[in-house]
Amino acid sequence: MTAFIKEIEVEGLRLAYDAKEVLHGITFDVYRNEILAVIGPAQSGKTSMLRCLNRTTDFTASATVSGQVRVAGEDVRRTKDVFALRRKIGMVAPLPTGLPLTIYDNVAFAPRCSGLTRRADLDPIVERCLRQAALWDEVKDRLGNLGTALSGGQQQRLTIARALSHQPEILCLDEFSIAIDPVTTMRIEDVLKELRREITILLVTNLTQQARRLSDRTMFLWDGDIVEIDDTEVIFSGSPKSQRTRDYVSGVFG
Amino acid sequence: MRFARTPHVARKERAEAAAKTVFALMAAAMVVPLVLIVGYLVYVAWPSLGWNFITDVPRRGMTDGGIWPAFVGTLYLVGISLLVSAPIGILAAVYLNEYAKDNWFNRVVHLAVINLAGVPSIVHALFGLGAFVYAARLGYSILSASLTLAIMTLPVIIASTREALASVPMAFREACWNVGATRWQTIRAVVLPNSISGILTGVILQVSRAAGETAPVMFTGAVFFKSVERGELFPYGLHEQCMALSMHLYTLATQVPNVKESLPYATAVVLLGSVLLVNAAAIAVRVFIRGRKKW
Amino acid sequence: MSPERAPDSAPVSRPQRPRWAIVGERAIEGLIRLSGVSAILFVAAIFFFVLREAAPVLVRDEFSLGQFLFSTEWYPTSASNVRYGTLALTVGTLSVTALAMALAVPFGLGAAIYLSEFCAPRVRETLKVVIELLSAIPSVVWGFVGLTVMSKLIVNLTGAPVGVNVLNGGIILALMSVPVIVSIGEDSLKAVPDSYREAGIALGATRWQLVYRVLLPAARNGLLAAVLLGVGRAAGETMAVLMATGHAVHIPGGILDSVRTLTANIAAELGEAPAGSDHYRVLFLTGTLLFLITFAVNLTADFVVRGIRRK
Repeated sequence: MTAFIKEIEVEGLRLAYDAKEVLHGITFDVYRNEILAVIGPAQSGKTSMLRCLNRTTDFTASATVSGQVRVAGEDVRRTKDVFALRRKIGMVAPLPTGLPLTIYDNVAFAPRCSGLTRRADLDPIVERCLRQAALWDEVKDRLGNLGTALSGGQQQRLTIARALSHQPEILCLDEFSIAIDPVTTMRIEDVLKELRREITILLVTNLTQQARRLSDRTMFLWDGDIVEIDDTEVIFSGSPKSQRTRDYVSGVFG
Repeated sequence: MRFARTPHVARKERAEAAAKTVFALMAAAMVVPLVLIVGYLVYVAWPSLGWNFITDVPRRGMTDGGIWPAFVGTLYLVGISLLVSAPIGILAAVYLNEYAKDNWFNRVVHLAVINLAGVPSIVHALFGLGAFVYAARLGYSILSASLTLAIMTLPVIIASTREALASVPMAFREACWNVGATRWQTIRAVVLPNSISGILTGVILQVSRAAGETAPVMFTGAVFFKSVERGELFPYGLHEQCMALSMHLYTLATQVPNVKESLPYATAVVLLGSVLLVNAAAIAVRVFIRGRKKW
Repeated sequence: MSPERAPDSAPVSRPQRPRWAIVGERAIEGLIRLSGVSAILFVAAIFFFVLREAAPVLVRDEFSLGQFLFSTEWYPTSASNVRYGTLALTVGTLSVTALAMALAVPFGLGAAIYLSEFCAPRVRETLKVVIELLSAIPSVVWGFVGLTVMSKLIVNLTGAPVGVNVLNGGIILALMSVPVIVSIGEDSLKAVPDSYREAGIALGATRWQLVYRVLLPAARNGLLAAVLLGVGRAAGETMAVLMATGHAVHIPGGILDSVRTLTANIAAELGEAPAGSDHYRVLFLTGTLLFLITFAVNLTADFVVRGIRRK
């Protein structure tokens, strides 16, 4: 980390779907240019937490959010333009999703939504993002093909390119590797190591070894509460602060 | 080791074959009358059928001649009603599927659409009479009749559009929202273009329905007889009354004495043929676009 | 060094949407919302405008709602003793609908079972197309068939004096309602999970036993909804019954008697009743009655279907 600037500040975040509370008032910070891994068993609230950051909880009628979330200095709940907020965050979902548009249009989609229309403006963005996502060489001759016709690994990289196309400050990846092959996973991990120099990365993963490989700090989320958040070396060292952390990390449960 | 066919098994197999035959016959009981009826209609209509029948006007007090004014009148009615019901129907379906939250108000809207679909055609006729002919002072006119037809065809356009929109997977919408697209941008770029076939099918089907309806136009703008030039393409003004193919069949069958026997049969064949042709087109559209799926 | 807050303004400059695009989008979304709400408006409007034309007669001294609903004497044009009793018409509707359902339900369900459980895929596609085309036939064409083909058939086969009667209307309506019953019935049967079928087969059931003991009970709600919607269609039908059931406004003695239904009666007399007259208004009142009946039937069918979805 180059400086201890807080990119994301979360304080007392609570999320409930109807009557069932999923996040019980969690508090944590994410520093600029770090890779923060979020680990924990299924149904812990990891995906829900990400959705609170870019306010896609708005699309779920039963969701109620309370607490404070600041992203890149902006209060998420009180922002005037939620679409601009979402463009500050890049989101990669677990299932590789190419939009049913051409590869070019997939990456150009977000810039076009922002008002850019000329090919002269869009071409460099498309190339830059595809290169950053390590996909350019494979598709540069067939940008007019359908995005949904690509393989799973390619579609996941396409999603990353799409996420980068609106120049986010933060990139969130939600278990990006569960539906793709190990080779592509390795390639994407290399991509992340490159990207962290420019942006902040929040990596939700159920692969504890992946967290260990990539992240500076790790947060262990269990059943809607933060059990522990610390430097990765500490979490995986064999003597973290919490017994439960040690058990999860060593595979006793989860 | 082979499984021997015991008498018990043989009895079961016979019962199964019998059941299959019975149900197949029941299905055939729908198809066979249809074929016989259509065949008989064509048979009696044969002397009058021909291109001339469609383009010629009724002659000798409607006991002879053709059906042109009715044919073109139906085109008017169907065309105008479609211009009204298609946009409203499609946009309403977009609202219901993409924007509406699952609260009590929208459940009422959903119920309203379902009930609109079940209203008897004569009640639509009464509505058209009370609302368009009298209250809106449009009088007996093509406009009144078309608007009545539009209200009638609206619910099915809404339902089929909703189905088409719902078949687009949620994952695509979420991917668009994640990059900061608004709902409308998502709909325009991904949802609508991939629903076109379903929407088109619904609209085409409603064309055929509007063409076949009698009661809603009989009391709002269609008339017994209107003098029109043979083969004239734009014989009616919107405020005028017109003839309609469906009503013409009713007229020939019940109101005109001494009509040549093949005439009403031929009218029925033309009406039936047009409707079935349009439906076949809708089915063809659906099959064709299903083969070009993008995911 | 103590951690600082990230600066408020984004260091990255991102493109902005032009103002006209934002305004245009709001306009379109407004239009969309308006269209969505319009569906309610139209249903309410139908009820309102029909009732509006009917209402004045309700307050007239000579008119009695009880007589309207329960008397069989319908003499709207009598010079000396005007009576507006719709019971005979209601019975007309009921008798023709009942006969139609008695024919359509077994055949429709049988065909649905065939399509869903016994049929080869090729045959199924063809049959489904045929059924779709069957449901597209306009009601006036059906009425014409009843008036000509069916009428001759009935006279020849039964020796009845006239061929337009309850039997004629019942058969025609049955042919018209069958597609609805078949398509919704087939959907309901298809919706029963395959695991039910697999369990039955594992226990040694034949396909017929499977249908009778497992699938029909499981699809009960959907099949009921299919029948209700078929009833709704038959009861609301106008032109076909107008042409096929005859002109007699009385309670039928048997299926070879002519009758008139509520719907056909309106169509037959509306043209003759002067606008604004009592006769005219009573016809609109009949329309209101029809609206309420079909409303109730559709509401029930929807609740039944929702009952499935909740499971």
